Amino acid sequence: MITLAHFIILGAVLFCIAVAGVFINRKNVIVLLMSIELMLLAVNINFVAFSRFGGDVAGQIFVFFILTVAAAETAIGLAILTLLFRNRGTINIADIDSMKG
Amino acid sequence: MNPQLLELICFYAFAAVAVVSALMVITLRNSVHAVLSLVLTFFSVASIWLLAQAEFLALALIVVYVGAVMVLFLFVVMMLDINQEKVREGFIRYLPVGIVVAAVMLLEMLALIGLRAMHVAVMGPNPATEAGMSNIAWLGQALYTRYLLPFEVAALILTVGLVAAVVLTLRHKAIARHQNPSEQVRVRDRDRVRIVKMDAERPQEDQA
Repeated sequence: MITLAHFIILGAVLFCIAVAGVFINRKNVIVLLMSIELMLLAVNINFVAFSRFGGDVAGQIFVFFILTVAAAETAIGLAILTLLFRNRGTINIADIDSMKG
Repeated sequence: MNPQLLELICFYAFAAVAVVSALMVITLRNSVHAVLSLVLTFFSVASIWLLAQAEFLALALIVVYVGAVMVLFLFVVMMLDINQEKVREGFIRYLPVGIVVAAVMLLEMLALIGLRAMHVAVMGPNPATEAGMSNIAWLGQALYTRYLLPFEVAALILTVGLVAAVVLTLRHKAIARHQNPSEQVRVRDRDRVRIVKMDAERPQEDQA
């Protein structure tokens, strides 16, 4: 039978894969954005599991809001990406260093 | 077959597909293939949420993410002309540190959760069914009462996101004609109509 730990471990594994994705795809902004989506998904798995096992509706409501904010974030992120590509002709992060951060 | 065992087998199958496709997202060379793998990940996780009887969120994940966000990703990836080789450089260099960080994080999390917890906290009866309603009704009753203000704020965030995305990518072309509302309001009749007084004249006689 499925226990709470199954869900939490799945969330942890997906989150760590996403963190590794951020590290190894430093040059590709699109894969970076996708890794962020994966992290949010991993967190959402935990919220759904805790809501189901704890019998509290708040967890699922929170997932709803995370989905909303993530959708807005993706739209703006991709808009910025399109703008960068139009102005610079590249999405390579190494070339985008005008702020010298 | 024991339904609980069947549930467990389904969970492991979906979880395996989700993990493998998530690994493909971060390792595939082609960005389009990576986006498609991410779609597969979302689909598998939606199935897992169905196993947890969170039906509304599972369907919302498919409709909102697979249907809208991932298609937007695919659209942008295909529209931008990405130099695959240039984007991939440094992949091998950062691979060891990425694996080490992820492995250490995973070990820490597993230690925190504790593998013994696999046997406790068995899934109890569905709280929505206990309250005598479906999952959607259960969510909706909380969303439109206790969480009404956050719900409205979420709508506002989506509107702000929409406006920001449009304004960011808006391009002012020289050919495009725009309205200037303030000038339209400030206009006076003398700016538009010019009354010209002329003497009445007879047309010139044809000389030839």
